[in-house]
Amino acid sequence: MKSRPKLEVAIGNIRMKNPVTVASGTFGYGPEYADVVDLNRLGAIVVKGISLEPWEGNQTPRMVEVAGGLVNAIGLQNPGVGGFVKEYMPFLRKYDVPVIVNIWGRTIEEYADVAAGFEDVDGIAGLELNISCPNIKAGGIAFGTDAGMAKRVITAVRKATSLTLIPKLSPNVPDISVFARIAEDCGADAVSLINSMPAMVIDTETRRPVLANLTGGLTGPAIHSVAVKLVWQAAKAVKIPVIGMGGITSAREAIEFILAGATAVAVGTANFTDPGVTMSVIEGIEAYLVRHGFSSVKDIIGAVELPPVDRAGGASKVKVRRTGRKGCS
Amino acid sequence: MSDMRLENATVVKHEPVRGGYRLLVLKCRAIADATKPGQFVHMRIPSQEVLVLRRPFSIFKVHEDTISVLYKKVGRGTAAMDALKAGDNISLLGPLGKGFPVGGPELFPILVAGGYGIAALYLLAKQFPARGIIFVGGKTADDILCTEDFTALGWSVRVATEDGSIGERGLVTELLTRWMDKESAGASIELYACGPDGMLRAVSNLARGCGLRAWLSMDKHMGCGVGACLACVCRIRYDGGQVRMGRVCKDGPVFECRQIAWDNEITTKT
Repeated sequence: MKSRPKLEVAIGNIRMKNPVTVASGTFGYGPEYADVVDLNRLGAIVVKGISLEPWEGNQTPRMVEVAGGLVNAIGLQNPGVGGFVKEYMPFLRKYDVPVIVNIWGRTIEEYADVAAGFEDVDGIAGLELNISCPNIKAGGIAFGTDAGMAKRVITAVRKATSLTLIPKLSPNVPDISVFARIAEDCGADAVSLINSMPAMVIDTETRRPVLANLTGGLTGPAIHSVAVKLVWQAAKAVKIPVIGMGGITSAREAIEFILAGATAVAVGTANFTDPGVTMSVIEGIEAYLVRHGFSSVKDIIGAVELPPVDRAGGASKVKVRRTGRKGCS
Repeated sequence: MSDMRLENATVVKHEPVRGGYRLLVLKCRAIADATKPGQFVHMRIPSQEVLVLRRPFSIFKVHEDTISVLYKKVGRGTAAMDALKAGDNISLLGPLGKGFPVGGPELFPILVAGGYGIAALYLLAKQFPARGIIFVGGKTADDILCTEDFTALGWSVRVATEDGSIGERGLVTELLTRWMDKESAGASIELYACGPDGMLRAVSNLARGCGLRAWLSMDKHMGCGVGACLACVCRIRYDGGQVRMGRVCKDGPVFECRQIAWDNEITTKT
C-alpha cells in the first residue's frame, strides 16, 4: 500500500503539519472554537489583530451579510499585547500548534513596539503584519497601499523581531507584485493575502449605510476568485512563500490557491458558517493528493498549467479582440 | 470549556403557530441534554451558497432528545428556513451563551416577553422553583404566542397589545409598571425579560427605579455566535466598573440591567 501524501510545509521558521490555518479575526484567540475544532490538527493558528494598548473597535452594527459573503467593520477590537499574553497565551501554550499573532499599529513606531513586545513571549511562532485593514482610519490600509509606507513599516518591524514575519497584503492596489516584492526586499519571511476588499452596504428603507463605520471589508466566497488571481501574481513575483486566503469553503478553493502558488492557505469567513470546515479542508487536500497521485502537497504548489502562449512570453502577446464598444471585450 | 456542540439535527416537526410565526422541532440529543434556560442555538441555514452566516435562535422548549425554536419570516435567512420539512438535516451549534440565572424559591419572578422573545423564557419558567407572572406584549394579537404553555406551568399571564386586539391596549411595560405600582407590595421581585431593545430599556429603567434586579436577554445581529468575531458587541460594565465592549453571544445574551451601558449613556460620557 502506498504511504499517505505528505502535508507538511514551512513558512519561514514555522513548521506547519499541514498547509491549513485560519484567517485572523475569524477564529478569535483560540479558545472560542476549541470545543468543536481540534486545534492540534491545524497547520497554525492566526489570532485576531493585536495592538500595543487595548482597543475598543468600532460602533455597531459591525457586520452585515451580503450575497456570498459578509461585510465587516469590527475595527480591530482587542485586549492589547499585555492583555492577550495574559489572557490567552496560557491556553494556547497547551496545544501543539504554531501560534501566529496578527499585529497592527497606528504609527510605524507602534508597529515596531508591538512586534518587540512579542519577542520574548514563549509560544509564539510568528507575526502577521496587518497593513491592510480597511476599517480603521489611522494605520491599517494606509500602510499597505502606499509603497513607501509599506517599506518603512516592514523594515521597522523586521528590525524589531526575530520571529517569522508575514506582512498581510491589501487587494486594493494596482499591482500586487510590487507590494509582494517590497515585503521580500524588506526581509519578510512570507506574505499573506488577501485581506478583505473595501465595500459598502446601504439600507434602502432607511437610506443609511448599514455599518456604523459606513464602509467595511468584504470577505467570503464572493472574493475567492479575486484572491486566486492576486495570489497567483504575488507568488510569481517573489521567492518567499505565499499564504493564500479569501473565500475558502472547501478543499477545492484551498487547492486553487496552492495551484496558484500558495504554500499555505487560511480559512476565514467559512469558520462562521461551519466551525468544522478546517478539518474537512485538510482531509480534502489529502484526498486530492491521493486521487491525483502526488506524494506531497509541495508537488502542487504553483502547479497551475498555463496555455502554451503564456509560456512563450506572457499574456501581452495574446491578441485581444476588440468589440468596438466602450469597455473591455 | 463549555457545553458547546456541533450537532447534525433532524427536523421532527415544522408547523405554523400564528400570525406568520412558526415552530421548528429538532432532534439533537447532545444539545437538548446540555441546554440551560436562556441559551440559544446557531443554525446553519439551507442555501449556503448565498448565506454565509448562521442564524441564532433562542431554545424554546426541550423535550427528551428534541429542542424547539420559534421564529418568524423576516429576512433571507428565515425565508430559506421555510422549506425545511420533517426528516431534513440541519447543522446546529449550541447550546450557546450565558442564559438566565434560575433564582431561589424565595423570589417572586416576573417575566416580560415581547413577541417571539417569549421563546427565551419558557425553560426559565419551567425550571424556576417559584411561580410568578409573565407579562406578554406585542403589536397585535398575532404577536402573542404560546401563553397557554405558561398557564399550563402554573404561571399567571398578563397580556398587552399596542392595538388592543387582545389584552390591555398599550405597551407591555406600561402594563407592568401599573402592576408594580399597585400590586407588587411586599414581594421579593426579580425581573427576567426578552424582547425588543426599547422594551428591555423600559424594563431596565423600571427595575433600577425600584431597586430590583432585572435579567435581560439581548438581541444583536451575530456573526460567529461563539465570541470570535466581535460583531455582536455592546458596552458592558464589568466588575470594578470598567466599561468594555462585551460579546452578546458569549458574555451574554443575558445581562443584569446594571451591566448594560445603553447608547444614550455613552453620548453623555466625556
